[in-house]
Amino acid sequence: MEFAFTQEQEMIRDTAASFLKDASTSAAIRSAMASDLGYSPDLWQRICIDMYWQALHIPEEYGGMGLGYVELVAVLEQMGRYLLCSPYLATVAMATNALLIAGTDDQKTEILPQLIEGKTATLAFNGGSNLWNAEAITATYRRDGNDLILNGQYRYVLDGHSADYLIIAAREEASSGENGVSLFVCPADTDGIQRSLLPTMDQSRRQAAIELTDLRLPAESVMGELGTAAKALSKILDLATIALAAEQAGGMQQILDITVDYTKNRSQFGRSIAGFQAIKHKAADMMLRNEVARSAVYYAACIADDALSAGPLADELAEAASIAKCYCSEAYFKNAGEALQMHGGVGFTWEYDVHLYFKRAKASEHFLGNSSYHRERVAGGLLD
Amino acid sequence: MKLQFSPEDEQFRAEIAAWLADNLVGEFAQLKFRGGPGDEHMFPEERKKWERKLAEGGWSCVGWPKEYGGRGLSIEQQVIFFEEYARAGAPGRMGHIGEGLAGPTLIAFGSEEQKQKYLPGILAGTEFWCQGYSEPSAGSDLANVKTKARFDEAKGKWIINGQKVWTSLAHESEYCFVIARTDPESKAHKGLGFFLIKMDQPNVTVRPIEQITGTSEFNEVFFDDAECDADDIVGEPGDGWKVAMGLLGYERGVSTLGQQMAFQNELNEVVALAKKNGAAKDPVIRQRIADAHIGLKIMRYNSMRMLSGNSGDGSLQKEALIYKLYWATWHRNLGELAMDILGAEADILLDAPYELSRLQSLFLFTRSDTIYGGTNQIQRNIIAERGLGMPKELRP
Repeated sequence: MEFAFTQEQEMIRDTAASFLKDASTSAAIRSAMASDLGYSPDLWQRICIDMYWQALHIPEEYGGMGLGYVELVAVLEQMGRYLLCSPYLATVAMATNALLIAGTDDQKTEILPQLIEGKTATLAFNGGSNLWNAEAITATYRRDGNDLILNGQYRYVLDGHSADYLIIAAREEASSGENGVSLFVCPADTDGIQRSLLPTMDQSRRQAAIELTDLRLPAESVMGELGTAAKALSKILDLATIALAAEQAGGMQQILDITVDYTKNRSQFGRSIAGFQAIKHKAADMMLRNEVARSAVYYAACIADDALSAGPLADELAEAASIAKCYCSEAYFKNAGEALQMHGGVGFTWEYDVHLYFKRAKASEHFLGNSSYHRERVAGGLLD
Repeated sequence: MKLQFSPEDEQFRAEIAAWLADNLVGEFAQLKFRGGPGDEHMFPEERKKWERKLAEGGWSCVGWPKEYGGRGLSIEQQVIFFEEYARAGAPGRMGHIGEGLAGPTLIAFGSEEQKQKYLPGILAGTEFWCQGYSEPSAGSDLANVKTKARFDEAKGKWIINGQKVWTSLAHESEYCFVIARTDPESKAHKGLGFFLIKMDQPNVTVRPIEQITGTSEFNEVFFDDAECDADDIVGEPGDGWKVAMGLLGYERGVSTLGQQMAFQNELNEVVALAKKNGAAKDPVIRQRIADAHIGLKIMRYNSMRMLSGNSGDGSLQKEALIYKLYWATWHRNLGELAMDILGAEADILLDAPYELSRLQSLFLFTRSDTIYGGTNQIQRNIIAERGLGMPKELRP
């Protein structure tokens, strides 16, 4: 048992930290936030070409680096820490995982190398529900000869307005629950797909609504067997959930560091406010939640590796994902709220970065399921 | 990162599990799941006998170096030992203060004579120890010790005067290690000595403290001109604080994995109860049970990180600093959850005059978890100061 980063993993983490510290500054984040795209295409190219981060966990046979989820999580943690604005979560944690788990060989061979070169992709499945499983799918498909005709709507599609490829979940007409669920992959500019940007409170990450009107897809677009994708979708979402939890843990570290620094430098009543117990105890609780969050995320990352490689602990994936997301969601928001409070008035300003983390914390708390949702998932396993 | 134990370690797991299954039978069967926190006053004689049984099997002091009679187990194998011990429901250890505190302190700081005199009794499970640190005016402010030690040249002995409090197992122990002031003019952590005091002498009085549970695991200990041999001071007069703090927190994480197995047993009981009495259908209770389950899982991941990151020099990392605050708070919440699942039944005792069920005892006893060994508030000071570099508390 060695529940710690290896030297190589530490190096990947440290490289990510130093790159992002320079590349994702407050000014860079704010400039990306103000753009239509929501991220800097130049920075995205550097991430793809210089850092090769999209390729991290793609197997070597498709041109990737063939590393594991622990390495991925090490990088994602730093992305959350420096609030990187990028389509990475959508492309790598959602679409790439979908292709790896459900894609046919042809689909993987065709699309994964494009993603490695910098094309982007995302996953659309949720019709506007607070359930983050097959129940949330409202879009439908029907057969028309060898083709499939899709209709319906999606919300909360990460970077859906700009992605080059879409992975789409839809259900057979009149099906419900886990029955009749299929996944499809297609270029996002296919006729019949209408995409619109949803303005978001957390401007560091873009979301879109998508409407399908008689979208006609060939049989080759189907990922796996038609109508049997519910289990694959669940696995894809669990992997994405772990990735998001890693970002959350990273965000928690940064907001803690920023806040402790601020309290050390802020003087009132003739002394640094960091010396007051009311402040110290809040900071201590923040550090506790931060370390606990990290333990949950690292464990889940190890389980994700097993899930992707049919390892001995693969069956723990759903629970490990829910544990990580449940803890990180509440903890990140709690810490961001405390950070704002401990900054006092300046924490309420647009100029200081606290609100960026505060908003990201709330947005990511609910995306892919909030703490109550994941607790109930765990409760179901224990009590029913 | 790697979550699995090696095949050798798994083989070791099988060995200890088999030994426990073979030996925790007959007269020892009644000790299963007994003698833990809140229940430490139960079956003292039988549990002492069990300590000797453990020692005969070579299962006492498993983490001590081999040269001192221990097994010299790796961290992983110690983890496995404590896990299997708790999983089997083997009783709360009577010898844990000797094995976990007195022994390692002597190994690190004791003279050769002290090691030869005291370590064999701890190893054999025949001599038991208690810890004389806290005093009525030295709780969180432990350095404010008032107990005095004065060397009597005529007798050639140290003479101890003062009062200790919250001393668990004092009435069952042969020895007490005590910090006392050797320099009467000194203040705080200067001028203290670390003494090994024989309990069986007329000038030592043990008085049990009746607790919130109606039972007594903790005691007051009074030293009225109690005597201590000249050889029974560890280190020099004035070294007491260094010796006392030297091992605080050292590899503390290892035995906590066993503690977590005990927590798991308690949580299982809570879950079974909720299923049985219908509380498992209440959405709020479901959330709280899931939260307890999640909290315990992560507690395990925390300790795995803490142990994997152990640099070997005993230095504490960030994940170790948070450990006490985390588990104490979790455990106290579990006690509250148990009562809320019981509902009105929570108030009804097993029997008069004051026989508590396991869950009632859990509820009451866990109030001490967030107080002893450093209150939650002291823990937060430590985390802020050592973990985050925030200013230390002002001291007069």
